Amino acid sequence: MAMAWVWTGMVVLSLAFGLLTGRLDAVANAALEGARSAIDLSISMAGILCLWSGVMEIMSACGLSASLARTFRPLLRRLLPNACRDEETLAAISANVSANLLGLGNAATPLGIRAAQRMARGCGGTASNELCLLVVLNTASIQLIPATIASVRAAAGCQTPFDILPAVWLASVLSVAAGLTAARLLSRIGRARP
Amino acid sequence: MNLSSLVIPVLLAGVAVCGMGRRVDVYGTLTHGAEEGLTVLLRVIPALVGLLTAVSMFRASGATEWISGLFAPALEWLGIPRETAPLMLVRPVSGNGALAVASDLMNTYGPDSYVGRVVAVMLGSTETTFYTIAVYFGSAGIHKTRHTIPAALTADLTGFIASALAVRIFFGT
Repeated sequence: MAMAWVWTGMVVLSLAFGLLTGRLDAVANAALEGARSAIDLSISMAGILCLWSGVMEIMSACGLSASLARTFRPLLRRLLPNACRDEETLAAISANVSANLLGLGNAATPLGIRAAQRMARGCGGTASNELCLLVVLNTASIQLIPATIASVRAAAGCQTPFDILPAVWLASVLSVAAGLTAARLLSRIGRARP
Repeated sequence: MNLSSLVIPVLLAGVAVCGMGRRVDVYGTLTHGAEEGLTVLLRVIPALVGLLTAVSMFRASGATEWISGLFAPALEWLGIPRETAPLMLVRPVSGNGALAVASDLMNTYGPDSYVGRVVAVMLGSTETTFYTIAVYFGSAGIHKTRHTIPAALTADLTGFIASALAVRIFFGT
């Protein structure tokens, strides 16, 4: 439902501002343009998404993701104890976390989705505390090398595009910690499901 | 050559060699997995269409600039430079939009200025929150997202404040 509010809010505000600023033509064009760009984006995503899904399939077939999962197991077991009872979910989450760390966002998403689908079984459409936590972890960036940002800085004429790394790491750690703490605290207030 | 251009080829070759070593039909497994990727994509497209339509209307209407002006005093109080307001508005809803806004701000203020650095750190320490939530919950069939959005936005806001703070610590203003 929350997305319904966000979406309605954005569309209504756009209409109001379009009327006020006299840019209604632009808003109307933008609506159609936005819908079209979603398909453009999906097509440009499709190749990478399929490639990474295939690579991950090989990784799980040859036991690589199992050893990756072993590395993250102690940490993830503390964060998501129920989900980690299922081996395949644990494997998907571990691979999702390691892909996020490597900055392979397009590889991380299908893995995270696979884990989320398994965790959502039998929930009747309501997110469990652990599923909320997994999604919050994925909405916060835990990237070690932000290569895209470095390339944008270099394009703007920066000589040392990677000198912001320590600042990025500090900000990331604080942001992830705040997200996980907030998820823990809020889950106690609105307790619908354990 | 940089480190990130090493990651992808090494990963692809490494996984293929490892698979062959364990007697896995590497190519058959790859294409089977790719098929699964396509199924994921089909589930994601409706969410993308909905979100990008709203974002694109929002930006075209001029609402972004107005809200930036509205939040400026609160931002100064949190120690965040007000010039970064448009980025903070776009960041949770559009990854490409945020990259565009950030690159615009870096060109305007210079990549090594205080604002330019804060913009880069903000981009690196946060994610496209609403897109992620829509994609994950959409494909998992979840309608009641409970406390996910407030918790994720807490992480984003902390990331923005921490970005300004971290740049002040490592570089000064």
